[in-house]
Amino acid sequence: MRIGVLAVQGAVREHLNILSQLEIDGRRVKKAEQLSGLSGLILPGGESTAISLLSRGCLLTKVGELASKGFPIFGTCAGMILLADEIEGQEDAYVRAIDIAVARNASGRQVDSFETMLCVKGVADDFPAVFIRAPYITRVGNGVTVLAKHEGAAVMARQGNVLVASFHPELTSDMRIHRYFIGMVKEYEEKEAVL
Amino acid sequence: MVEKGTYRVKSGLAEMLKGGVIMDVTTADQAIIAERAGAVAVMSLERVPADIRAQGGVARMADPARVKEILAAVSIPVMAKVRIGHFVEAQVLEALEVDYIDESEVLTPADPQYHIDKWAFTVPFVCGARNLGEACRRIAEGAAMIRTKGEPGTGNVVEAVKHMRLMNKQIRMVLSASTGELMSIAKEMGAPYQVLLAIREKGRLPVVNFAAGGIATPSDAAMMMQLGCDGIFVGSGVFKSGDPEKRARAIVEATTHYKEPKIVASVSEGLGEAMVGISIDEIPPHEMMQVR
Repeated sequence: MRIGVLAVQGAVREHLNILSQLEIDGRRVKKAEQLSGLSGLILPGGESTAISLLSRGCLLTKVGELASKGFPIFGTCAGMILLADEIEGQEDAYVRAIDIAVARNASGRQVDSFETMLCVKGVADDFPAVFIRAPYITRVGNGVTVLAKHEGAAVMARQGNVLVASFHPELTSDMRIHRYFIGMVKEYEEKEAVL
Repeated sequence: MVEKGTYRVKSGLAEMLKGGVIMDVTTADQAIIAERAGAVAVMSLERVPADIRAQGGVARMADPARVKEILAAVSIPVMAKVRIGHFVEAQVLEALEVDYIDESEVLTPADPQYHIDKWAFTVPFVCGARNLGEACRRIAEGAAMIRTKGEPGTGNVVEAVKHMRLMNKQIRMVLSASTGELMSIAKEMGAPYQVLLAIREKGRLPVVNFAAGGIATPSDAAMMMQLGCDGIFVGSGVFKSGDPEKRARAIVEATTHYKEPKIVASVSEGLGEAMVGISIDEIPPHEMMQVR
């Protein structure tokens, strides 16, 4: 199984480390052509404005096309902003792969960044979650399942093949959320094999 | 339970900036230019290093009104510089809710002997270093991010190269040493033993290490990335050049695509004048900022 990590900028190394610990072949993706041969893609934390500006040659458009065909994608923090259909206070969104609205820096500035234990539906009731200038989910469409909440705000969600989180499982040694995503990738591979 | 200001939260923000460029800005307008060019953060200060060098005088933390304007103008993280040892300037910047504090040799030191106790703060700190011992001391004081010192405000990358190569070499030495040799290395480098243990556990510096001090061109940025740094600080290089918008974008592109000379070549075309550089030998010893 080969899973790509969008490697324009941000916490790329951390996701690749976890994938390698789970014995998954992780690949850096900087260009659209590097998307071929993958069974899933992770959009890491970083600065969403910089990542979107620097994604060359319709890389994000290609990611959107894959998402609409059922290809599994997981976005953390900035990755979640890139995948959302709507970004508060901003006319345009980027990939538009999941029917949610997000608010940038909703948890506040860096002095308000925090760690907490989260209950993540179907994954864990004690997941150590690291929130850094985190975006929150402010609206979810039909077909979107909220998987975790923090103080009433939705912070993790899934719509079919697209998984998003406000926080950074890649900054911890807890691999349960990555395993959950790998489960999604396995289902996709099995379905593709049948087709 | 919610815990703020943990070391994981502090160093985590720096991890998110990897592969990006952080630009010195003195006004909100410059901050907006930096953000639009793809900067991952901006660094607020009173005067850019080249002006501090030219004008002399005591260089201090920026005016809080300016810092607030910059905080309001952009959505990317805002860092700000304080003088070495000036813990009250740091308290002021924390009260303003800047996202990172740079305890910087670019400003005039406020304490000739001691750095700030950075564990006492919720806001994270970045500090400069010329070698591994210095980097490890700053980490032991609570710094959650390291950058090379280079020689700021010169537009001359040679010192940053020297510092990055030395740190890499010393890290290799720590990684290949036997456990029995480690204490002696700690003594020679002036590096706290516990931080050296952390380096051996991670196989690298336990925090992010950016390049800073003298980076003026896209090729400078790509070279520092190829030497193994995690990202780039550009001080005077952008806003002291002929076409800041274009140069800012070019340095960002070269940092992202640092392994692709064709992209570095194409973004380097027609950037206008680079900042005027200074040869290190022309700087009188007492004006060297890196020894602070």
